[in-house]
Amino acid sequence: MEVTRVENVTRVYKIGKVETRALRGVSLSIESGEFTALVGPSGSGKTTLLQLIGCLDQPTSGYVFINGKDVSDLNRNQRADMRRGTIGFIFQFFALIPTLTAYENIEMPLLLIGQNGSERHKRVMQLLEAVDLPDRAHHRPDQLSGGEQQRVAVARALATKPTLILADEPTANLDTPNGKQVMEIMTRINQETGVTFVFATHDPRVIKYARRVITLRDGTIVENNGKKAS
Amino acid sequence: MIQLFKMAFRDLGRNRRRSFFSALALAIGLALLLLLAAFVQGEMGGAVDSTIRLQSGHLQVRAKSYDESKTSLKWEDLVENPDQITAQIASLAPVEVATPRLFASGIIAVGDESAGVRIYGIDPTSEANAPYREGLVSGEFLTADDRQGILIGKPLADKLNLNVGNQISLSINTSNGDVDEQLFTIRGIYSTQTGGFDSTTVFMPLAKAQAITQTENHASTIFVLLKDRAQTEAVAAALQSPNYQVLTWTTMNELLIQTEDLANGYIFILYLIVLGITATVIINTLIMAVFERTREIGILAAIGMKGRRIMGMFLAESSLLAVGGIIMGLILGWLVVAYFAKYGFYIGNMGITGILISDTIYTDLTLKDTVTLTIMALVVTLLAGLYPAMLAARMEPVEALRGGE
Repeated sequence: MEVTRVENVTRVYKIGKVETRALRGVSLSIESGEFTALVGPSGSGKTTLLQLIGCLDQPTSGYVFINGKDVSDLNRNQRADMRRGTIGFIFQFFALIPTLTAYENIEMPLLLIGQNGSERHKRVMQLLEAVDLPDRAHHRPDQLSGGEQQRVAVARALATKPTLILADEPTANLDTPNGKQVMEIMTRINQETGVTFVFATHDPRVIKYARRVITLRDGTIVENNGKKAS
Repeated sequence: MIQLFKMAFRDLGRNRRRSFFSALALAIGLALLLLLAAFVQGEMGGAVDSTIRLQSGHLQVRAKSYDESKTSLKWEDLVENPDQITAQIASLAPVEVATPRLFASGIIAVGDESAGVRIYGIDPTSEANAPYREGLVSGEFLTADDRQGILIGKPLADKLNLNVGNQISLSINTSNGDVDEQLFTIRGIYSTQTGGFDSTTVFMPLAKAQAITQTENHASTIFVLLKDRAQTEAVAAALQSPNYQVLTWTTMNELLIQTEDLANGYIFILYLIVLGITATVIINTLIMAVFERTREIGILAAIGMKGRRIMGMFLAESSLLAVGGIIMGLILGWLVVAYFAKYGFYIGNMGITGILISDTIYTDLTLKDTVTLTIMALVVTLLAGLYPAMLAARMEPVEALRGGE
């Protein structure tokens, strides 16, 4: 089943009178359960494409569909509704709320979808187990290592059982063992739950985990080599 | 909701010193407002009381043609046979005390120095004169049959360097337009703590004042104090007569009442200034918080938090600041007000003609003022939080996420 489809999408940023074309007519389709890498050099449009698929931004032209629904023209609140519960994000920086504990950070998306207390607690504990951090539940981000923080971010992205997880350079700020651990957790979760992962990277050690690699350069897809053999 | 307040509380704790000083700014602002309100209440409330007690009474009955500004002593301008009218007025149930008084103007001369004075011819035995009797700082009060005694205020005694027992020469206008001069002995020196009154008013027994001004058995006014100020209009109506004018304390003190209105107007402007400064501090703190947390706002938006909820988070912060600041402000304000309520605030002789303002103001904080100002401070703080909160809520997630990198 198709999770997302992008049709001839462009994204032009205007800074003063200067126009920057970040995406120049990109089309692709992602099926449920994929574990796909968007690769390419800096400025190739990976992050912009993730932001459009993730309903964080709107295309200048073209269409973006999530679970068959056109999200290209949704307003700010409708996009927030679409993100909540449908899409999970993992960012390059360890994007946790510093005043909340690991437990509370994971709990936040569940609070936003209004899940009740006991189910919420059960789900948060299950996720802490899944990312091997049950004993770190009540630590704040500044008491966790970079790898641990990124694992909490993975758990938070999975909290509402979204159909699609988007990760932007998830290992860029991690050392090799921590990067490997995060990628192994993501792979395991993808295999166990079937949730779709799309991640942007230019790290060859990360690309090897992908079953499909889409290569971008100067805002266009230059190689879409289909699914790799797993 | 609980989660929003929990986050807001922890966010305020991130920069404790800044949060504390912002709340303190609100606290000092509120304390200042309470002090201003208590000061005005103490001053104006006190001024009305002093003016009634010392000068106007609740009511005065005068001859139809009496003109206060001229201090007329012509017989046709005075109340004839005042004791009889006084007794009639005093017999009314709401009346606490009534007493005849004769006013005249004169000049006191001592050596080379002189001072213009207003002479009160009073019945020394009347309870209406208790404020003067109780204000005696040295010497004795007058007696009804004293033919040479005079009572002068402390500021005048200090100015002319006079003491009890000293003799002074008093030139006084008489009913036929002449000026009579006589020597008087200072029996006592009084202070009502009201410089404007004490520095110009001297007392002598009514009989002596009538004799020297040649106004036999006449008085300028019948001074009336009531048991309850609210009865003024009713008693005034009962006393209406074609031969007399009946003046109430409100008509006699129009200037005071206008001044009170004016003071309330000024004080409101001061309130706005203080609250404006406080609001600026709060806005500044929250804007700094919004900019420092731009990336977090982006993260929260990315995981699906709507603008309304992000706004709520910052409004929760401003309301926590407001509650903290208001609690501190109420404590601080009450302490300062309690101090000045006990020890007073010396302002000296304001020297405003027609208004008797005490030299020392004792603050008087009413519950109404406390509640009104607390609500004003709360509303202003919440309004001040609105702009930074809207700023946070309107951030585009993509830009907010980029902003923190």
